[in-house]
Amino acid sequence: MSDWSLRDRACVVGVGTTAYGSFPESDAYGLGADALQRAVEDAGLKPEQIDGLIVSRIPSFERFAEIAGLNPRFTMQTPVHGRFASISLELAANALACGEANYVALVYGNNGRSQRMNYGGGDATWSPWGMTSPGALHAMMWRHHMNRYGSRSEDLAHVAVAFRKHAMLNPHAVMREPLTVEQHQAGRFIADPLRLNDYCLINDGGVAWIMTTPERARDLRCKPVYVSGYARRDTYDNSSTFHPDLWHPALQEVTREVHARSGISREDLSGLMIYDNFTPTVLFALEGMGFCERGEGGAFVRDGMLELGRGRWPTNTSGGHLSESYMQGWALIAEAVRQLRGSAGERQIPDCKALQYICATNCATSIIFRN
Amino acid sequence: MSETSTPYRKPLPVVDIWSTPFWNACREHRLLMQRDKVTGEFWFPPSPVAPRTLSKEWEWAELSGLGTVTSWVVFHQKYYAGFADELPYNVAMVQLDEGPFIFTNLVGIANDEIRIGQRVRVTFRDANELVSIPVFEPVGEDAR
Repeated sequence: MSDWSLRDRACVVGVGTTAYGSFPESDAYGLGADALQRAVEDAGLKPEQIDGLIVSRIPSFERFAEIAGLNPRFTMQTPVHGRFASISLELAANALACGEANYVALVYGNNGRSQRMNYGGGDATWSPWGMTSPGALHAMMWRHHMNRYGSRSEDLAHVAVAFRKHAMLNPHAVMREPLTVEQHQAGRFIADPLRLNDYCLINDGGVAWIMTTPERARDLRCKPVYVSGYARRDTYDNSSTFHPDLWHPALQEVTREVHARSGISREDLSGLMIYDNFTPTVLFALEGMGFCERGEGGAFVRDGMLELGRGRWPTNTSGGHLSESYMQGWALIAEAVRQLRGSAGERQIPDCKALQYICATNCATSIIFRN
Repeated sequence: MSETSTPYRKPLPVVDIWSTPFWNACREHRLLMQRDKVTGEFWFPPSPVAPRTLSKEWEWAELSGLGTVTSWVVFHQKYYAGFADELPYNVAMVQLDEGPFIFTNLVGIANDEIRIGQRVRVTFRDANELVSIPVFEPVGEDAR
C-alpha cells in the first residue's frame, strides 16, 4: 500500500460557490450553473474543455448538460444523498487516472429551502408509528451512544459552538450570530435528545469543483490541490433502522486505508472537514477515524479541539452544515480547497498543508487532500 | 381505540407485495416475520429473498412478541397531522427476541420512564376494520 497507484493522480483546480439562502427566483439548475460558471472561471478553463460531468441534487443530468452546452465523454448523476459528495470526487479521480476524461466538472445545485423541503413526513415504512426524518434517526443513534458511553447532550453543544465561531469569520455563512453552550442547551427539542442547534440548515445554493490530472493542472491558473488518498466502506445491514455499531468498524477500516493510501498520517493533518448533517455525526466521525477512543468524542471536543486558533484540528472552518449552509458535503470540500490554497481569509488555518474530509454514514468515506 | 367515532388520522401502512402477509397477520393481532428455512434467521422489513443467502426458501413464522428497547426518541416536531394531538410522542427501536430490529411506539409507559433495556411485548391498535398497528408495552424482566 506504500505506493498506491492512485495517490496524487487527480487534483482540484477550480471551485465555485453561490451565495446560500433563499433564492426562489432560481432553481437547482440555475444555482448549479452559477456555481459551474464560477468554478470554470476559477480554474481558467473554457467550458468546452470539460469532458466529464457528475451532477448531484440537480433533477436531470441531461437537462443540466444541455443547459451548460456540455457533451462530455462521460456523465453521471448521483442519488440525492450528501454521502455522494465524496463518492463523486472519488469517481472523478478514478476516471481521470484511467483516462476516461481530462477535465471533470462536478456540480451540485439545491433549492430545498425555497421548495420548503423539510426531510420528514410522507408515507414510508415507519410512518404508521410517526417515525420519520434523518434528524430523528440521528437522535436515535445518539441516545444509543449516550446510553453506551455516558455521553451527554452538552457534548454536542461544543460541536455546534465551535462551528458557529468559524461561521462568524465567514461572510458567506448563513448563521453568524454568537452561540453559547447555554443557548444550545436551552434550544427546543426537535426529536429528543436532539435540539434545534443540533440540526443543519436547509438552504438554496450551488457548488462546483473542477478536477484534472496533475500534468494538466500545471497549465492552469491556481495552485492545484491534490487528492492524495481516499477510501470507502459501505454497511447496508440495518439500513431500515440504524446499525447499532454506528458504522464504527467501517470507519476504522477507512481510516487505515486512507492514511496508507495517501501517505499522510493523522499528525500530518492541518485540519478536518467533517460531514455535519447533525452534531452527533461529527463525534461518530472523530471516534471512527481514531482521533479519540470510542465513546470519548464528547471529552475530545469539550476544550476547543475543533476550534480555529485553539485546537489541534480546526474543523469545518466555514461553519459547516450547521452554521454555513447544508450543501451536503460539497461546500465543505470547496472550503478544503480554499484552505489549502491559503485563500480562506479571516478563517485561514495557518500553514495549512493537508486536510481530511470524513463522512460517517452507511457509505463511510474519507479523502485526504494536500497542497 | 374504536370506542369513539373519530376517524383514524395517523398514516396508514404502505403495503407492498412483500409486506402484505405481515399486515394481514397484524389484522389478526399476530406478529409474523419471514424466516429462512435453512438458517432459521428472521429479518424485517419483508423482502423477496433471505439476506446473504439470497434464498427463496423462507416462510412466514409467528414471533414470541417479546423484545428489548435498544433506543428511543421523543418527537416534539410535528411531521404528521395525525400525530399532532399526541406530541410529544415516543418512537422506540425494539430488538425482537428473534433478532430483527423495528421502530415502534411504546404504550403504557411515560416518555420520561423509558429506558434502554426495557423488556416489552407486542400489542395491537386497530386503526380501522382492515388495519391494526403493532405497538409495544412494558413487561417484567422474566416475561416469556
